[in-house]
Amino acid sequence: MRGSRSFSLNSSPGFPGEGDRAKRGGGVLRSQRGPSTRLRLVPLPCECRGGFKRSITLLAPLLLTACDGIQSATGGDGWHGERFNSLFTLFMAVTGIAYLLVLAFLAAAVLRRRGEARYEEAGSEAPGERGITRTLIGWTAFIVAGLTILTIGSYFADRGAARAAAAPALEIRVTANQWWWDVEYVGATPQKTVRTANELHLPVGVPAHIILASNDVIHSFWIPNLAGKQDMIPGRVLDATLTPKHIGEYRGQCAEYCGIQHAHMALDVKVESRADFQRWRAAQLMPARLPATPLQKAGYTYFMSRECSACHAIAGTPASAQVAPDLTHVASRKTIAAGTLPMTRGHLYGWVADPQGPKPGNNMPYIGLEPAELHAVVAYLESLK
Amino acid sequence: MSGERTDRTELRDGAGLTGEILHQHLARTWSRKPGLIGWLSTVDHKEIGRRYMVTAMIFFALAGILGLVIRAQLARPDSGLITADRYNQIFTMHGTTMMFLFAVPVMEAMAIYLVPLMLGTRNISFPRLNAFSYYVYLAGGTMVWVAFLLNVGPDAGWFTYVPLAGPEFSPGKRVDFWAQMVTFTEVAALAVAVELVATILKQRAPGMSLARMPLFVWGVLVTALMIIFSMPSIALTSAMLMSDRLVGTQFFNPVEGGDPLLWQHLFWFFGHPEVYIIFIPALGFVSQITETFCRRPVFAYPAMVLSLVSIGLLAFGLWVHHMFATGLPRVGYSFYTAASMAVAIPSGIQIFCWIATIWLGRPRFRTPLLYVVAFVITFVIGGLSGVMVASVPLDLQFHDSYFVVAHFHYVLIGGAVFPLLGAFTYWFPKITGRMMSDTVGKWTLGLLFAGFNIAFFPMHMLGIMGMPRRVYTYPAGMGWDTLNMISTVGAFIVAAAVLLFVANAFASLRWGEAAGADPWEGSSLEWATSSPPPAYNFAHIPVVSSRTPLWDEGDGLPVATGLKVKHRENLLTTVLDAIPDLREPSPDPSIWSFVAAVSTTALFIGSIFTPWALVWLSIPTTAALIAWFWPKPGGALEQEAR
Repeated sequence: MRGSRSFSLNSSPGFPGEGDRAKRGGGVLRSQRGPSTRLRLVPLPCECRGGFKRSITLLAPLLLTACDGIQSATGGDGWHGERFNSLFTLFMAVTGIAYLLVLAFLAAAVLRRRGEARYEEAGSEAPGERGITRTLIGWTAFIVAGLTILTIGSYFADRGAARAAAAPALEIRVTANQWWWDVEYVGATPQKTVRTANELHLPVGVPAHIILASNDVIHSFWIPNLAGKQDMIPGRVLDATLTPKHIGEYRGQCAEYCGIQHAHMALDVKVESRADFQRWRAAQLMPARLPATPLQKAGYTYFMSRECSACHAIAGTPASAQVAPDLTHVASRKTIAAGTLPMTRGHLYGWVADPQGPKPGNNMPYIGLEPAELHAVVAYLESLK
Repeated sequence: MSGERTDRTELRDGAGLTGEILHQHLARTWSRKPGLIGWLSTVDHKEIGRRYMVTAMIFFALAGILGLVIRAQLARPDSGLITADRYNQIFTMHGTTMMFLFAVPVMEAMAIYLVPLMLGTRNISFPRLNAFSYYVYLAGGTMVWVAFLLNVGPDAGWFTYVPLAGPEFSPGKRVDFWAQMVTFTEVAALAVAVELVATILKQRAPGMSLARMPLFVWGVLVTALMIIFSMPSIALTSAMLMSDRLVGTQFFNPVEGGDPLLWQHLFWFFGHPEVYIIFIPALGFVSQITETFCRRPVFAYPAMVLSLVSIGLLAFGLWVHHMFATGLPRVGYSFYTAASMAVAIPSGIQIFCWIATIWLGRPRFRTPLLYVVAFVITFVIGGLSGVMVASVPLDLQFHDSYFVVAHFHYVLIGGAVFPLLGAFTYWFPKITGRMMSDTVGKWTLGLLFAGFNIAFFPMHMLGIMGMPRRVYTYPAGMGWDTLNMISTVGAFIVAAAVLLFVANAFASLRWGEAAGADPWEGSSLEWATSSPPPAYNFAHIPVVSSRTPLWDEGDGLPVATGLKVKHRENLLTTVLDAIPDLREPSPDPSIWSFVAAVSTTALFIGSIFTPWALVWLSIPTTAALIAWFWPKPGGALEQEAR
């Protein structure tokens, strides 16, 4: 997944206003220095991570199997992820040594007395007890020292994360709902604000400030490859800073049990080059395409006059309800219904015809479209690139 | 204590009254009526303890079956075996049953049965309350399971976070059954905790100073005090949830000035100590088993006691480590990280001391001691992964992922269920009079150990690979498929091992070798009486002058005499040094604790449906309580001549 540089987004490279925004926003320019300076502070760059891990042979399989993947805590694809890997390695080393010591002592104790089965008078002061007492003191000192190292390591990693949040260049509002993500790229003016759903695009190397809120129950924002999780609690506004380091596609998922469809609340994440990101953002800023074919026009009419527009918004049309995902560029997204289905024509048909089939209990009702209406609505949605 | 001070009308045990005649007198005094009424009236701690154990094990089996259903569903990606709605009820019931209806009650059951025997007394304090607590517990567990079978089982998780569990997002009665089940179990648990504290502090055998108590009894004392301090927190918060849901208060509604995080603080202030409430009695089992099978006292008794007490204290300072992702102030997090890690110090000391006991002793590797070895190997993994989740940056990844599922199953199964099964094997001859098969026991343990690690070790990796908890399904292609399948296979191996254990228990009940009073050559007082013990436990109250009385006194355990034999009477001793103090009448069997439990049950269940149940059903409850507490003539405490 990782490493592919270009993505085919349906936007023209010279979209008006792009350079404009880069200059005026300023944040993007400032950020170019920020992350690269920080990169030097990171003790374990990507290439040597594997070697470091292999040195702890016992734990290597565990880490290596977990290393790749679009939803992996050890992916190390963000600033936090790199810190996580160093800290996790430290913890594995200290706890690994402690565990080996326990096992060795246990094995020695069991094997030492294995042959002796003869009952003797139970004496209180057996030989060797004094040595054991000294060993107990040493063992306790070892535990205290180990825990001290781990506590300090953990403390500094946490402080580092708090400092890294200092200079964000991009502000994104993510609001959780049962069971989808409302994503808003805050622009300098309301007209420059991009609204999308269930998909997060991030420019590589730019710290993005994510403002987290919830409209109903507690959810948790978790993109393992980029950072640890942060709960989204109704009545509170919390935040997180993501600084992706590698271009690639990742997957986040709600991590706090939030009701019947907690399992189907994923967030597709695309980390792309700054140019690609700007192109994507510019394309998203455009209002929806107008229906072109008669079938699309029929779909448009159905959408605007019937159930759909009661919940969904499509920018540039009369549909402006806010209780369900924004569909302005729905066909450009990777998946349908927060990672439930891949975005294909077949799945779009399946979803529109019966949303309760693949994601039972979600808030989109079964409508019972006639075949002609279904063809039309799907044709219109497919055109919303 | 002297038996001389007899007023001539009262018959007391002593030099003139011993042996078979004494047995007949005591058996008559301490027996209960036959028949159903008698059965429901019993106040014998051994009978109640046995019922508690059997009931808790039935709930264990039921929750285990739910665990298998969960694993069957998760064996393959995009599985359609059970629906999302049913799955959410199932994982909620699995956690709820395991925590509230199995783990805590079974530990209390063991304590109810064993503590009076280990202390050398005739019955637990407040024995009618003890019977009441059992019926309330049984009713609460039955209620929530009936609700589950009727498809109104709770579905908001065993932690029942608001606002998901609030009136807006969980309409219907599902969560109300959960909240009321908590009420039942907390009433039962608090009652038992009070009984145990009173029994341990006031009914120890003469000479058994605090410093001579068996380590299991220390564990039970710490646990009972923890229950008394932590349960009110869940009682309060579940009552707030009930009133939010039933009468429209807004404790947890942010729109009306409530706060969802309040629930989390109050829940985890109970919920974290809860883990140690389960775990500390298990440490007591490990100590007793290690001592007996290594044929020497546990190494460094003072360090063991201080470790137990410090775990009990630290347990109240860590609840926020369940809330690292909620955005509380980061400076506060550092404190909870340090406090959480600090638990590793007393735990590490205890692990060391047990191994040192094996090292220094002359171990016999019978099944119970092998459970201790399996406990050390698995529990330490859980403890070390606990150190990891204590670190904020690591926990923010591991929290609510399968890593945490692996962690707490290592702690709770490795740390509590292994010792519990070892303890069942160890005390089975005391309770039933027959030995469990050692060969089958070893096979069971081998199967259990293998199955457990196959089932739960892969979950560490699944968590690191980003699999969240509490998902009813997951997509293919995430790299989780194989590990989930392995885990499911392991879970079924565990089930086979548990079945083998149960089969062994039943077969041994029938065909097992007769045990005799002290089959393992144990050191503590429960082995001084016959197996199973008579209704009055001990013909004469034993006197103790060391930590391991049966080893140090040989066959001639000194006794104290002078308790009445025609009336139920216990000997009370002083709190610190166990100097004989008072003779206290012990309540007779009574049907009223059962009647009060039935009435309380009706009140609790009724109040789910109407607040008026509280009003009307308090009348029969009060009536039953009045009958229960009706004073018996001549039932006052008597000061004992020193």
